[in-house]
Amino acid sequence: MKLTLKVWRQRDAIDKGRLATYDVEAHEDMSFLEMLDVLNEELITSGEDPVAFDHDCREGICGTCSMVIDGQPHGPQRATTTCQLHMRHYNDGDTIVIEPFRSGAFPVIKDLIVDRGAFDKVIQAGGYISANTGSAPEANANAVQKEHADRAFAAANCIGCGACVAACPNGSASLFLGAKLTHLGELPQGQPERYQRVVEMVQTHEDAGFGGCTNTGACATACPKEIPLDVISQLNRDYLAATVGGKKKG
Amino acid sequence: MTDANSHQNHSDTDSGTGLYSDYTTGEPVVDKAVPSGPIETRWERRRFGVKLVNPANKRSKKVIVVGSGLAGGAASATLGEAGYQVKTFCYQDSPRRAHSIAAQGGINAAKNYRNDGDSVYRLFYDTVKGGDFRARESNVHRLAEISRQIIDQCVAQGVPFARDYGGLLDTRSFGGVQVSRTFYARGQTGQQLLLGAYQALERQVQAGTVEMFTRHEMLELIVVEGRARGIVARDMVTGEIEVHTADAVVLCSGGYGNVFYLSTNAKGCNVTAGWRAHRKGALFANPCFTQIHPTCIPVSGDHQSKLTLMSESLRNDGRVWVPTKLGDDRGPNEIPHEERDYFLERKYPAFGNLVPRDIASRAAKEVCDEQRGVGPGGLGVYLDFDDAIQRLGRKAVEAKYGNLFEMYERITGENPYEVPMRIYPAVHYTMGGLWVDYDLQSTIPGLYVGGEANFSDHGANRLGASALMQGLADGYFVLPVTIGDYIAKHNLDDVPEDAPEVQEAVKSVTDRIDQLLSINGTRTVDSFHRELGQIMWDYCGMERSEEGLRKALDRIPELRREFWSNVKVPGTGAELNQSLEKAGRVADFLELGELMCLDALVRRESCGGHFRAESQTEDGEAQRDDENFSFTSAWEYTGRGQAPVLHQEELVFEYVHPTQRSYK
Repeated sequence: MKLTLKVWRQRDAIDKGRLATYDVEAHEDMSFLEMLDVLNEELITSGEDPVAFDHDCREGICGTCSMVIDGQPHGPQRATTTCQLHMRHYNDGDTIVIEPFRSGAFPVIKDLIVDRGAFDKVIQAGGYISANTGSAPEANANAVQKEHADRAFAAANCIGCGACVAACPNGSASLFLGAKLTHLGELPQGQPERYQRVVEMVQTHEDAGFGGCTNTGACATACPKEIPLDVISQLNRDYLAATVGGKKKG
Repeated sequence: MTDANSHQNHSDTDSGTGLYSDYTTGEPVVDKAVPSGPIETRWERRRFGVKLVNPANKRSKKVIVVGSGLAGGAASATLGEAGYQVKTFCYQDSPRRAHSIAAQGGINAAKNYRNDGDSVYRLFYDTVKGGDFRARESNVHRLAEISRQIIDQCVAQGVPFARDYGGLLDTRSFGGVQVSRTFYARGQTGQQLLLGAYQALERQVQAGTVEMFTRHEMLELIVVEGRARGIVARDMVTGEIEVHTADAVVLCSGGYGNVFYLSTNAKGCNVTAGWRAHRKGALFANPCFTQIHPTCIPVSGDHQSKLTLMSESLRNDGRVWVPTKLGDDRGPNEIPHEERDYFLERKYPAFGNLVPRDIASRAAKEVCDEQRGVGPGGLGVYLDFDDAIQRLGRKAVEAKYGNLFEMYERITGENPYEVPMRIYPAVHYTMGGLWVDYDLQSTIPGLYVGGEANFSDHGANRLGASALMQGLADGYFVLPVTIGDYIAKHNLDDVPEDAPEVQEAVKSVTDRIDQLLSINGTRTVDSFHRELGQIMWDYCGMERSEEGLRKALDRIPELRREFWSNVKVPGTGAELNQSLEKAGRVADFLELGELMCLDALVRRESCGGHFRAESQTEDGEAQRDDENFSFTSAWEYTGRGQAPVLHQEELVFEYVHPTQRSYK
């Protein structure tokens, strides 16, 4: 199939950037990224600079790929990362617009690559259970009710790709944040730090330049791992308990 | 034996003549770190034997960790907790994205929660046997011991393992073993374990003990007075070349499966960190030991950029077949049962579809070589759930495999409830890697290697659910102990930035980048990589023969020479330049590939993942040769295109007596 691509080209963080138009011949069995590989091979051969884009595992789990395709983070297919999107969903003659994830907290580095380092900062603020190596009790010493274990897993499923931020009109990372708070807060091991954790992580989220949540739900729709929206309710409940409810010590 | 300094100035140009398949044999290599005596207490005695670093002194000691997967992430976090100043490097934009994240199946541990007769000794036994008697007993025993602590540690961190209705940890049996010892988190065990290590690592970043360098790639090892003292790294965003020095360097940089171009590895996985160390004197062990996984989605065309693994668990209920007739082009549902060849069930009635990975892979290749393969190019076999759906009902099959079926449909556009899946083997894991002793120290003092980057624990074939176990054992429990011993014993002065060894390392990096950028030929990096991958797959893949390997050993140096004269790398070094990153990695793969073929040529026996056509039984099964090949090959670098030196480490089996594997 013959496609027309309009791709965001931006030399570096300072460059203003623009959409450039390319024609590419794709095959329906290709993944979306393989279609971009074909474009890049042609660009290199003809002496042009290839399009820089983030990708790694190409099987939907590492969270590296990060583009906005026709206005949607990770493109049109539900619950699918860009790397798992295939060209059979497109038709001969289609025009596809490809842009980076856009958000104040994710500055563009080059072309379609953005800096998502702010996610690591949010985790540093408390997205862990403090358990030094060697200090662990026997694994089966504490049972975890299956429903709690399952809910923790569903939240832990987050791949940290940032699609939620790119989809949110406020540039909020509340889904990402809520997912980690729910994962750790559902488990007995996560209780001692639960309220300290939410306060520190929310503060860092704000400091990193992410916006506030106004419950549009765009994040959960864009999420390739279908993290449920109720993790944000959990975030709000824990935050209130910690601040107004006085659960956070010190 | 190996004087690291003596290798720093080897010629970087190909000699152009002579067969690389020449090699010389050097002194045997011996593991001097392992204690003797009863195997059950070796690790305990080694731990007691280490010299300790005073807690106050740890704060002034620096360790560099390259790689942030299970081994590197766990080692960084644990060394940070101990109080060392740690610098950790990864090429990804976050340490959470290391390729450990993609491991699906599970992690083994000898907990015996099922009371089904499991024990440390049984896990040790199964792993030595599974590795086809090419692993070191002492290392494997330690791994089995530590497996139990790993589960405790991960649960304490909040890793959401699967649990039963009583709230206790669930296990499953995996990879053909007879006990249920595999802990799992749905089909995302690697992801959850890695996030545990990542969170522990980020906690140390917050505490100030670990400094994290993302989007950084190690391009050279700094060796001063024979000791590993630092690295040269490139900031992949700005292109800046940086020097980082330390008291010890740890490589946890993963495997080298991408030498085949197509593999289940992430696109960025590469051998560069390990290969640079090899060029500086670290021996490279068993490079030909590659694991080919039988259940991957087949190649769909020339554009293919990587291969996707489908969990091995599918073989519990799926039946593997091809048409009996040659050239049968009917659709799979139109071929009646009596005209299907369920070749694994036919050839291996005792194990059927559950034979180990290497055997299932080779059998699939064999039927495709007979022109009975299915799908594009005839490189595929069916994995059929029709019987399972009839027997268990569609609902039960969906509950077990629903997410895998979805993944398959997403990639192929075919619905496996209606049409059988097509699968084909793909490169998945590399058992070889830098040679290390029991302390995981390479032949360069102060250079430690963990996880898939070392060669140590899986012998010639890795059992399912063992890679995660080894990565975390090395990272959480082994490296922090043994590195402490090294640091306590060697009170090293800081390396000045203007030391000649540092300057020389920086120069070699900048010269190489300049050279890659200045060639300005006509072929892209990927086109060279694909061609190398095809050579490796054809001649150093599932079946190797002397004739094929010699062909590969002729062609790889030619391809390498063409690369260095005709590659086209656009852009500059002072910017984010993905073509340049790839070019450096492919240049190293072009050297490694040759060594793999040579290693495969020298090992004239079939064992584990290495099947030599000249060494098979009358009925076509692998024939190991313990009399001549019960050793680890450890190769010494002598210059690009120059004959390397083979050092052998003899393998001694005091506890598990070698037997020929049989699955008939």
